[in-house]
Amino acid sequence: MTGRAGRRYRWQWIALALLAVALLPASAEERTDPAADQRAFQAHFRHAFPSVALNDFANGPYAVDKGMRKQWEEIMQFPPYEFALDRGKQLFETPFANGKSYADCFPNKGIGIRENYPYFDQETGEVVTLDLAINRCREKNGEKPLPYEVDDMAAIDAYMASTSRGKPFDIKIPDDRRALAAYENGKKFFYERRGQLNFSCASCHIEAAGKRLRGDILAPALGILASFPIFRTDWGSLGTVDRRFVTCNQQVRSVPFRPEDEAYRDLEYFLSYMSNGVALAGPGARP
Amino acid sequence: MASQNIRLGPEILATAITAITVALASAGWAATASDFDAAYRAAAQREQQAGALRNQWTPTEAALKAAQKAADMKDYDQAVVLAHQAEALANASIKQAEEQNALWRNAVVK
Repeated sequence: MTGRAGRRYRWQWIALALLAVALLPASAEERTDPAADQRAFQAHFRHAFPSVALNDFANGPYAVDKGMRKQWEEIMQFPPYEFALDRGKQLFETPFANGKSYADCFPNKGIGIRENYPYFDQETGEVVTLDLAINRCREKNGEKPLPYEVDDMAAIDAYMASTSRGKPFDIKIPDDRRALAAYENGKKFFYERRGQLNFSCASCHIEAAGKRLRGDILAPALGILASFPIFRTDWGSLGTVDRRFVTCNQQVRSVPFRPEDEAYRDLEYFLSYMSNGVALAGPGARP
Repeated sequence: MASQNIRLGPEILATAITAITVALASAGWAATASDFDAAYRAAAQREQQAGALRNQWTPTEAALKAAQKAADMKDYDQAVVLAHQAEALANASIKQAEEQNALWRNAVVK
């Protein structure tokens, strides 16, 4: 090969290499890799709380504070959500006006499936939470949707969660750019600061996890949704994930979104995926 | 020499606006309904922009409501001060959303 031809080939290779670089994402940070995120996320908490077993993260602040745990164990002699749980079972088993029931809308008749929610629906291209699926089931059968944060919705959610106790979160992110985008939206929501107090979800539940905020111990983000719905003493009733997201936003002086807003569903998708492997323990009780 | 852009923080701006308004009021200047309308419109517009960025703050909403309430009571001096406060808060929430659009990545656990 002559020197001139060699130089021409060399330039062609350089041009090809430049093209390949241009086609790559602008930086490694912009690539979405949920599995790598999950490994780093769980490793962070294993390192921060080396004496806490993975499944114990489902117990939030009680997993990381001995004093609070003692109180909680006393409370759990007579769990404050028991009445709501009984009501949830009754509501779940009561047929709709058309004779069908919740069991007709879910895989395995709705029993022992909580660990798979939220999931990404590739037909509609959106994240579907358990509560959204409950209301869609109602609407499909001619019933009015329930308010998302409290009362009957929380009770039905509690009953369905109770049938999955001990089963680990098993959230899937399909190889679908829309699912990855939803995951990334949820991740962004978790880490971005908002409200006049300039807090992110991560400010409390990663950076300050296990520390005190006034009288409360902040729960680690790992496993934080595994005990939902929760009976909060502060609320005096059972509340869903939406209720928690709304109140968290209000606490940092941010105008909350409507329950089941896409942003909240994506956030729940991200957080639940981060907790894959943590056994469900819902419904739960919190201060 | 290249000129430097000096940017006032929203809190400083709100304080300055409040101080000027109070000074003008004590000097005998009184706000009118049209002053309030202009101030409220500007604040509501910025709050709408914060809404488009999905980052509204509850104190902004409270200040807007309080401004409208003061105007309903024909206390335009107070209404204008509150509307300016709401605008400053809305500006801060917009700035927060714009900055966080890139900065959130720095907080990600790696």
